[in-house]
Amino acid sequence: MSTGTTNPEAGDASGADDPDSADGAEGERVGRLNGDHWRELYAESRLRELDASTISGIPLEPVYGPDDGEFPGLFPYTRGPYASMYRSKLWTMRMFAGFGTAEDTNARFREILRAGGDGLSTAFDLPTLMGRDSDDPRSAGEVGKAGVAVDSLADFEDLFAGIDLAQVTTSMTINSPAPVALALYVAAAENRGIARGALGGTLQNDILKEYQAQKEFVFPPRPSVRLVSDVIRFCAAEMPRWYPVSVSGYHIREAGSTAAQELAFTLANGFAYVEAVMAAGLAVDDFAPRLSFFFNAHIDFFEEIAKYRAARRIWARWMRGRYGATHPRSLQLRFHTQTAGVSLTAQQPELNIARVAIQALAAALGGTQSLHTDAFDEALALPTEKAARLALRTQQVVAFETGAPTVADPLGGSHYLEWLTDEMERQAEAIFAKLDDWGRGSILEGVLAGIESNWFQSEIAEAAYAFQRDLAAGRRVQVGVNRFTNREPGGDAVPLLSIGPEVEQAQCKRLAELRRHRATVPVEEGLARVRAAAADPTANVMPAIIDAVRAYATIGEVMGAMADVFGRYVERAAL
Amino acid sequence: MTTDPRANPDPRTDLDPRTDLDPRFNLDAQGGLGPGARHRVLVAKVGLDGHDRGVKVVGRILRDAGFEVIYTGLQQTPEMVVAAARDEDVELIGLSLHSGAHMTLVPRILDTLRSQGLDIPVVIGGIIPVADGAALKDLGVAAVLTPGASTDEIILAVTRAIADHADIA
Repeated sequence: MSTGTTNPEAGDASGADDPDSADGAEGERVGRLNGDHWRELYAESRLRELDASTISGIPLEPVYGPDDGEFPGLFPYTRGPYASMYRSKLWTMRMFAGFGTAEDTNARFREILRAGGDGLSTAFDLPTLMGRDSDDPRSAGEVGKAGVAVDSLADFEDLFAGIDLAQVTTSMTINSPAPVALALYVAAAENRGIARGALGGTLQNDILKEYQAQKEFVFPPRPSVRLVSDVIRFCAAEMPRWYPVSVSGYHIREAGSTAAQELAFTLANGFAYVEAVMAAGLAVDDFAPRLSFFFNAHIDFFEEIAKYRAARRIWARWMRGRYGATHPRSLQLRFHTQTAGVSLTAQQPELNIARVAIQALAAALGGTQSLHTDAFDEALALPTEKAARLALRTQQVVAFETGAPTVADPLGGSHYLEWLTDEMERQAEAIFAKLDDWGRGSILEGVLAGIESNWFQSEIAEAAYAFQRDLAAGRRVQVGVNRFTNREPGGDAVPLLSIGPEVEQAQCKRLAELRRHRATVPVEEGLARVRAAAADPTANVMPAIIDAVRAYATIGEVMGAMADVFGRYVERAAL
Repeated sequence: MTTDPRANPDPRTDLDPRTDLDPRFNLDAQGGLGPGARHRVLVAKVGLDGHDRGVKVVGRILRDAGFEVIYTGLQQTPEMVVAAARDEDVELIGLSLHSGAHMTLVPRILDTLRSQGLDIPVVIGGIIPVADGAALKDLGVAAVLTPGASTDEIILAVTRAIADHADIA
């Protein structure tokens, strides 16, 4: 299993600057060929400079297929959300970064931007992800390890110092404390005179998969879903450039699920959020265009591509058919991809570079909007900078040498892949039917019932164990692990990253100074307002949290205030 | 499955826990230690780390091999782990760590065990760099299992840790 660094964001599963954002709605005109409609949409697309030919000079069309078949940019979007796909915009190579103190990570961020990166992706340390301060006894040993250590607005100001938050988009991979992280980002920007409406970025903010798979939860499921809904509503009203949730299958797959389970659980969670926000009074087209997704790229090449294609088709059909969405952007599933940390091996770790390359190619051929490629040393330790750079270079080979981005959905029309896409959809629909039944017509209630009864967790654990049995029996092969092993003594040695205890000591010292020097009355008043907002189901917690963090209340204090109202969730221990 | 001796083509695992084990200990039909013996082990997640795939797979492997397996659940403190081991009267503690906090949390558990006068072998598994694993063994950890450990290696490591400990004690 991979480490805590491998849980990034929906990056730019966004298309904030996609040229063809309003296409598709009229795609259903009776009697018109899809091919004709696609040509119109393509002609309206803004294209990037690109030599659209093979390496041998054969000129290539943007997409191939019969005029009466499916096309990218047209409902149900099986072949891609946009008509021009990578001819307009290559996927974003958004690499996840964060370690040590805010100053350490800020230096790394500036380096990324100097090197031409156009976006940031923040990895927080485990105490932050669990809503605990660095000086909490339970944080011992975890501070600054798997991500950057942050406790208060002072740390957020350091984290983004010297970075133009009106220009750069930022992804924050955080879930239970997501409202607090967003509040800190808003407060840090506004202290520098940048309005919240100008901020662009993505918040993972997907709590349901935490109970199912990643297990970074703080509060019980129902109030947690309410917090997700509060963030979506807040962003719909005040932060039009922000992606308030990245519905994530990545962690479900890492925890052991099959591809079809990853697909079905993730989309069901997406439907659950749609139902929660609609129940809170928003029209579906007022927020669905800002939803994004995050999938795994595992090692079974064709199955992964079929999964991405099925995901787009299912989302489009359900959003239109079940939830009445009409805006094309509500129907177009956009997603970030990360290669499968769990597929990486500690044995002969250089082999992981080959695995990551194949997985990155699957993501590209499956039409991802952004991609993080894993470092080859992640089964051994947190990645070194050199290994992370090699991972970025690997996806650059896919993007710039292989020709993979030139033609949209290049495997569409393959008998095998079309069959596998249909099979993925069939298996997912069977799971949706079960959840719908449990929820008596509500996917949200069905998902909550599945979490409460431990169904998702045991399905995932069962699949993980089945895979382990297959490995033990030799029915599945991992090169270097159960076949083709090297046995040279002391082999497999690669340099590893290590973060020492000095980060924890420094961060705790800094936090102690903050607690000494801040005015306590505004902190107490702010936390009281957070408690009041949490206790009022008709309120939105975001304004109170922004006020509290502005007074330098810490993440642990704000989360503690909400825990006073919501309680803390303890998972039933079951193998 | 591991209980079927024919299904063991894993070439890396040339140690077969059913035959290569210290001859003082005969595995029963379920792969457990000693004829009819049913050994109790605790598997635990310590710290804030929620990665529970490994602990669940290892727990199921041991259960299917005939061990009685008690799982603590997530987010346990070192004190909670030791208390569970004492209350459940287990013969071994298995710790799963994937967040990089092993150099803090594992020594704390060893210290807590010692301070309470408990003598229970500890096996750890997860993303543990080789040098850290060696250091933790020096501190008293019985075995370190890393990614790619086979089903048989896991059973063997746990069985040996219990057997060696019984031998010493």
